[in-house]
Amino acid sequence: MLEQQVVNGLMLGSVYALIAVAFTLAIGVLNFLNFSLPGLFMVAGMLTWYLLRAHIAWPIAALLAIASGGLLGLLVERFTYRLMARSAHFVPLVTSMAFLILFENLVLIAWGSDLQRVPLPFQTVSWHVGSMVIAVPQLIGLACAVLAVAFLHLLLKKTRIGRGLRTIAEDAETAALLGVPVGRVVPVVFIVGGLFTAFGGFLFALNYQQASPFMGEEVALKGISAMVVGGMGNIWGAIVGGLLIGVVETFSITWFGARAVDIGVYGLLLAILFVRPTGLLGGVVRQQRM
Amino acid sequence: MSGYLESVLVLLCINTVLAYGAFLPMVAGQLNLGVAAFVAIGAYSGGYLSQTYNIHPVFAALAAVVVAGFIGWLVAFPILRTRGIYLALATFALNQVVQGVILNLNVVGGASGYPVSAHIGFPVVAAFAVAVVVLMVGLFHTRFGISVTAVSDDERVADLMGLSVRGLQTAAFAMGAALAALGGALYAHHFNYIEAQNYGVLFSIYVVLYVLLGGTQTVYGPLVGAAVFTLLPELLRGSASWRYVIFACLIIAIMSLRPQGVLLRKSWFSR
Repeated sequence: MLEQQVVNGLMLGSVYALIAVAFTLAIGVLNFLNFSLPGLFMVAGMLTWYLLRAHIAWPIAALLAIASGGLLGLLVERFTYRLMARSAHFVPLVTSMAFLILFENLVLIAWGSDLQRVPLPFQTVSWHVGSMVIAVPQLIGLACAVLAVAFLHLLLKKTRIGRGLRTIAEDAETAALLGVPVGRVVPVVFIVGGLFTAFGGFLFALNYQQASPFMGEEVALKGISAMVVGGMGNIWGAIVGGLLIGVVETFSITWFGARAVDIGVYGLLLAILFVRPTGLLGGVVRQQRM
Repeated sequence: MSGYLESVLVLLCINTVLAYGAFLPMVAGQLNLGVAAFVAIGAYSGGYLSQTYNIHPVFAALAAVVVAGFIGWLVAFPILRTRGIYLALATFALNQVVQGVILNLNVVGGASGYPVSAHIGFPVVAAFAVAVVVLMVGLFHTRFGISVTAVSDDERVADLMGLSVRGLQTAAFAMGAALAALGGALYAHHFNYIEAQNYGVLFSIYVVLYVLLGGTQTVYGPLVGAAVFTLLPELLRGSASWRYVIFACLIIAIMSLRPQGVLLRKSWFSR
């Protein structure tokens, strides 16, 4: 029973971790809390539902759903970071919020407000390990999430773009002076963040077989918590934080009931902010603008 | 006056009060994403007082303001230990915790909502809103207002000039909490029914958007922002569910064209 809760928590946590990576990337590099991400998550989830219902082969559905995140991320970049240079620091936050409202209502118009049932495109195979039941597709999802972060880690550490991103994270102006093409490197943050979020939305839709125009909000708030718990700007921290939040959530449900979940998860977040604001894997607190 | 027009005007009044509740901490340099927590505290404590002890709703609302102001002052101490984005996230977490606690409080109906029978009519709500606007405009002409503006312009310089930055920030946070509670108590007594589910972090973000849209540079910004946010979706009502799409596009457009907010402060430098 106890081990089963851990397994369930880790599966849920892998979704949180993917969103936390997207949030942490935008904050670490651009110091920007990108509130449009819940919208991208939801679009990917709803697209998964729509495509699977239309009997499109699931690998193609997955590809399209995840690609939508990258495209919409780029769209958001045009209207937020592009304008950031010559505006007050809160403007991108406001604009990204407006994008969330925009995406939610466009989906609402297109597909209605009902909670949709996502059809499973394949037979679920489960492993029985002792008393635990592990769904193989979910396990593959978790593995893919960790692989994606490992890939992102390599991108940041080894490639030219990654070096550019890390320079911008230190200081955007200096980066520009040193010849980093800021205008071409920054969109990468939004595209990669969008892809990660959309992958999370796809996984969520498949794992829990449901999608709705509002599915992004709560999951994204948990993703933000995961990011803080792991340490802002740290991608491995986002994974640790995401899995931890997932496990805390499943345990809160079993021990205190579904209605006490928020007190458990966000109480943990508050405690960490007060006691160790840099998160579990974070370094020194940098002066942040917003 | 038709019932529809009246309820729009009531919402306008309440949103104006809430906008000032978010405006006060924001001018002191804090992005408070927990406004809805104090709105909920105000709505529930006001409703509980008038419902259980039969107190006149106006006095219940005032008592709620005191309660929330005190709670705001108390939580300001740990919250203000954090800075910048950490502060925004701490207030966000506070919002979720308060909402979670109320959802589990069975005295006030828990998740099934809380009916409040005492009623506050439109004239009283409007009087409160006007009083808040007048009070705020007055406040920003006093030493306190000027000091808070100094803190928002440059915290370090304000500190060097001998202002108690910490004290001003605590005061602004607590006063913002009190105003948010006033808005909540008025809502509870006008519409006579409250649900904790509504007071999530998205509610807080909406209120913050009122302020940012209006601009934080002048004391009239929140008024303009609340008016735009309340009336614009109503004016667009003809186009049914498209109105929020148009509304979102307008925010993106306004923020792209006028990133400082709609109202700007006249300054010696820009003249």
